[in-house]
Formats: sequence, C-alpha cells, structure tokens
Amino acid sequence: MNKQSNLYTVIYIVLLTVIVGAALAVTSLSLRDRQQQNIDAEKMRQILASVHVTPAKGDIVTDFNRLITSQYLVNSKGERIDGDAFSVNVAAQIKEKAADRLLPVYECHLPEDGSTKYILPLYGAGLWGPIWGYIAIDSDGSTIYGAFFAHQGETPGLGAEIEKPMFSEQFDNLSVFKDGVFKPVAVVKKGMKPLNGEDYVDGISGGTITSQGVSSMLANCLKPYECFLEKLRNNN
Amino acid sequence: MAEKINNKSVLLNPFSKNNPVIVQVLGICSVLAVTAKLEPAIVMGVSVIAVLAFSNVIISLLRNTIPTSIRIIVQLVVVAGLVVIVDQLLKAYAYDASKQLSVFIGLIITNCILMGRLEAFAMGNKPWPSFLDGVGNGAGYAIILVIVGFFRELLGSGTLLGYPVIGKWAYDAGYVNNGLMILPPMALIVVACIIWVHRSRNKELQED
Repeated sequence: MNKQSNLYTVIYIVLLTVIVGAALAVTSLSLRDRQQQNIDAEKMRQILASVHVTPAKGDIVTDFNRLITSQYLVNSKGERIDGDAFSVNVAAQIKEKAADRLLPVYECHLPEDGSTKYILPLYGAGLWGPIWGYIAIDSDGSTIYGAFFAHQGETPGLGAEIEKPMFSEQFDNLSVFKDGVFKPVAVVKKGMKPLNGEDYVDGISGGTITSQGVSSMLANCLKPYECFLEKLRNNN
Repeated sequence: MAEKINNKSVLLNPFSKNNPVIVQVLGICSVLAVTAKLEPAIVMGVSVIAVLAFSNVIISLLRNTIPTSIRIIVQLVVVAGLVVIVDQLLKAYAYDASKQLSVFIGLIITNCILMGRLEAFAMGNKPWPSFLDGVGNGAGYAIILVIVGFFRELLGSGTLLGYPVIGKWAYDAGYVNNGLMILPPMALIVVACIIWVHRSRNKELQED
C-alpha cells in the first residue's frame, strides 16, 4: 500500500480524529460530575468567606449546608420568586434590566451569636477580566457584616489585591443605607471622599481601574436588591 | 535502526548534559509563568512528564504508518488529545492546582520540548526507548521548574508548599519577603543563575 497517497492520508487523519474525539468525549463525560462538585464546592467556599467562615478543605459542603439555612430568589420588588438560587448564573443576570433580574439570596445563620446574615452575589468587570464577590448584610438590611472579592486575572500586587482580606475587611460595619436613602458603598482613591455622602473604602493604589470596577459592581449589583433590603429594614 | 541506542543515556542525559530548559532553552514560557509557588510547579512538571512520555509512545507506535506530509498534524492531534485529558483529570482530582495553572496546562500543547522530542526521537525509535526519552526530558524540565519554584516561593513568600518556613523571629529582626521574586521576570533571572552554575561545572558546554 502506498502510504504517501492522498487517499491513505485522508483516511488516516479521519480515523485518528474520530479515535481521539471519542477518547476525549468518554473522559469528559465520566469526569463531569466530579468537576461540577469541585466548582460547586469552590462557590460555597466563597459564599462562606463573606461571613468570615473558612472551612477546612473537606468540610466545605457540610459547613455550607449547616450555616446556609435557606437560599431563594427575589425580584427587584423584593418579592420571593420560584427557582433555585445556587444555579443562577449571576454573570448572565447582570446583563438583564434590573427589573427582570433573578436575584439570589443566601440566608446564613451564625450559631455563635444566633444572628442571621443575608449574602448577596456580585459580578462585574475589572481591568483584565471579570471580578465577582459576595457581600453579607446584617438582618437590619443595611450594615455590611463582611465581603469577599475574587478575580480572574487582575495584575498581581495591584488589582489582584482586591481578593486580600486587607481590602475586603474595610467593608465590615459600613452601611448601604444613609439617612434612609439607599447608597451602595463606594470605592474611592485613598484620601478622597465620595460626592453623595455614601460610606466608602479606600481603593488600591496602582489598581485604579479594578477599584472602580468594584465600585460600579457594588452599585450595579446591589441596586436591584434595594426593595428587598428596605423590607428587611422595616421588619426591624 | 542504524545506531544502537543506550536506554540509560536516553533516560539520564536530559537531566544535565542535554537538559531541555537550561541547555536547549526550550519551554521557557511556562517556566516563567507557573513557578511563583512550588505546588503548581510540581503539578505542571508531573503533567508534562505524563504527556511527553505517552505522546512519545503513541507516536513511536504509529511511526511507520504516519504519512510524511501530515506528520506534524498527527503529532499535534495526539498531544492535544492527551493534554485535554490531563486538564480534565486535574479539574476533577486537583482542582486548586488546576485553578492556579489555568491556561498553562492547555499551553503544554505548544511547548517546544514536546514537538522537539516527537519529531527528533519518537518518529525514529521503538516505543520503549521513546518512553524513556519522554520521561527523561519531562523530568529534566520538571526538575528545573521545581528548583525555580523552590527559590521563588521561599524568597518571595517565605513559604514552601504553602507552609511558612521563615520564622517570626526573622521578620521581627527586619527580614522582608522579596515581592519581586513573585513576578515573572525573576524566574528568568533564577533560570539564568542555574545555567551559570551548570555551565561552570560542565566545561564542555561552554561556548567561546
């Protein structure tokens, strides 16, 4: 057989592609469940980080199920709607109009002081790629209990500092309501103050665009929760 | 095969005399990118050993059937398939490491060491020597990664595999972690230092 003929070459490459393709399909299908578990566990870890809980590697799912007592979706009027909060793709939701968004809420019950925190997901854009986070709000609907931020590829040492506790701990005990008006926390240049009198944290020097990204992410993602938080406030 | 191949030298040469990174200067991109910490460096090294060894064996088994005109394409298909499988396995069983390595696992496909070994060795040798050649070259690459990762994590973060190794007393006495070591350019400088030491001990590698 002539191994250099066109027919042989074509048949050879088609066969090879089919075999490799089949091998990849089998691998992908057989590992999918495990990979999804890892992705879910990572999300749970990040949600818990916003209430200052860092579970050991093997305990993430148990701790999550113990502390997060309920998860549900609300709409922009603060009414509960049907659906699974955990599987909502926040990245896709922020592209919708505020009135149409599905807004996940994770209710966290902390056994130490018996308090309930409401964890809200955030998603926005940094300098190089997406940034996201979770923010935990006290049951008064205004005070921030804790925050967690993460990023895909911000510059190490500059924008990437948003994932460090040194940045996220600045949010503790700030308020999203000022004199009864909803004003999400702003991130401003060190030494500056925001114009509208809202609470603020210092941005990261050298990470201006990422800091601004965090600021607009907070404004964009928290605004639709205004009615929900207002209701919490009035319940107290 | 015309020339007799010595299995032992095929396996051991890439460690020193014919090291892919510090003598042939191949695969430098990933050395810069994944060595800020020791753990991803080790995972990357193991991944490259696995991909290189198995792609060498597969290409060696196929070597007499591959049409010459598409041999590079065949090599790429085999390497790409293996790399995707390794990537999937890491996502399933070593999620943290796969997060840190991110795109660099995928970039093993374009690592020059792989194409070099497949084209230069596996296309003309039997499966067993090809396997040894793959393991040897992969390990030669991995050992440089580990050395660079060791120094960068130790000096840059004061930890090894995530555990603090520099005592609190040192920090109290005014010691500061060198943040520069975390940045990619320092990998190049560490590699250069390794090459310097290596050449000064191996006179026959020195060029005029």
